[in-house]
Amino acid sequence: MAQSHDTPLTTPFASRHAALGARIVEFGGWLMPLQYSGILEEHRAVRARAGLFDLSHMGELFIEGPEAAAGLAYALSTDPGILKVGRAHYSMMLFPEGGILDDLIVYRLGDERFMIVANASNATVVSDALAERLAGWRAVLDDRSLATALVALQGPRAAGILAPLTDVALDGLRYYAIAEGHVAGVPALVARTGYTGEDGFEVFVDVSAAGTVWDALLDAGRAEGVLPVGLGARDTLRLEAGMPLYGNELGPDTTPDEAGLGRVVHFTKEGDFVGRSALEKARADGPRKKLVGLTIQGRGIARHGYPVFSGDRRIGTVTSGTLSPTLGEPVAMAYVTPSEAEPGTIVDVGIRDGRVPAQVVALPFYRRPA
Amino acid sequence: MVPQDLRYTKEHEWVRIVGNLATVGITGYASEQLGDIVFVELPELGRTVTQFSAVGVIESVKAVSDLFAPVGGEVVEANSELANSPELLNADPFGKGWMLRIRLADAGQVDRLLDAAAYEALTSEG
Repeated sequence: MAQSHDTPLTTPFASRHAALGARIVEFGGWLMPLQYSGILEEHRAVRARAGLFDLSHMGELFIEGPEAAAGLAYALSTDPGILKVGRAHYSMMLFPEGGILDDLIVYRLGDERFMIVANASNATVVSDALAERLAGWRAVLDDRSLATALVALQGPRAAGILAPLTDVALDGLRYYAIAEGHVAGVPALVARTGYTGEDGFEVFVDVSAAGTVWDALLDAGRAEGVLPVGLGARDTLRLEAGMPLYGNELGPDTTPDEAGLGRVVHFTKEGDFVGRSALEKARADGPRKKLVGLTIQGRGIARHGYPVFSGDRRIGTVTSGTLSPTLGEPVAMAYVTPSEAEPGTIVDVGIRDGRVPAQVVALPFYRRPA
Repeated sequence: MVPQDLRYTKEHEWVRIVGNLATVGITGYASEQLGDIVFVELPELGRTVTQFSAVGVIESVKAVSDLFAPVGGEVVEANSELANSPELLNADPFGKGWMLRIRLADAGQVDRLLDAAAYEALTSEG
């Protein structure tokens, strides 16, 4: 339970990050690598080859019991009961008022067994809320966040690097699928999920044996040009891929519809779920704002919190922005009033003392070659 | 080790004084802390700047920071290569990554700057 600690937590890879020369920052209650060789170089390695990420700060919550599926359908925006064993989907935990408490991935590990992966900064809140919402259901919550290390290998060469090290048949492991097996001889859950816009894998292992897995992946990857990748490039990669970040694009003041993620609210599922009535009303009222992509037409980078204008009228706020390493131009995501959200619309972003024109574009900015 | 013949600011600019011309850049420590620099905004030529005022902007992938004038005077030259090659600030901060030349208004202002030893002490404190 990350946030209840006053001193930041460290992952099992802390000494390896130090040896690799990482710059360390505190994020979500954890000391995490921001970058090793540099954000741009790490970003490009993931797009062209592969990168290895320490994501052990993420929360891993296991839910088991005869009513695990039904309980989760009440607790979350989606209906995890529709998942086949070994499959996953993107989901959200909502506030009763309809805002987003966290975005997460639900994996079905068995008929009566699920794993939820939550953001580090929300892991404690999600764990507590889940415990509360599952009360009365025949399901048990086991928060294994501190006992579980998560390593991601992402990029076009990820499958080729991982395959010789695992007994999981990667050819049969589809996008958003998960399988139990071993990696470098260590018992592991291997999922074909990620947050980079590339093909790749997330490997969940017990912290006690995590170092073996990290070393094996990095050693095997060296010949393929794999670099260790920090949170800095993780952010630029996900931004290019148009993926939202909790605290930037998602939060209590935003509904899934406004974030362009209405598909993760399964209104058709049976029974009530937390947030249902509020979202039904919000959907009837229409969105107050819409998430859009922006390409900046002038010089400067639109960053989190910068205002967006149409003429003299303030119409929105930038949620994330960077210079896209792949496109070579500044890109951003922003919430704007729905009438200004059509792709092609020209708006202005307030960057310091000036106004810089930007064009509304469809997300994502980057899609990997088929 | 930073170049011993330069003067420094607490905000991690360096300045080389030759006659009444001051060449200005940011230190290796600063460029390393910022990470990959992707955008630089410099003042227009002819503008008169005051010592320690914000005169430009340096953006890395992660962050924005101000460039402060180590000395006051008229901006007489700006490194035009930085518009297309901002990465020079990372690759060669004390050389090709120079940013501005300022014609010194008051040579006495140089006394308010740190020498190499004092700047090194500042950055080694962590």
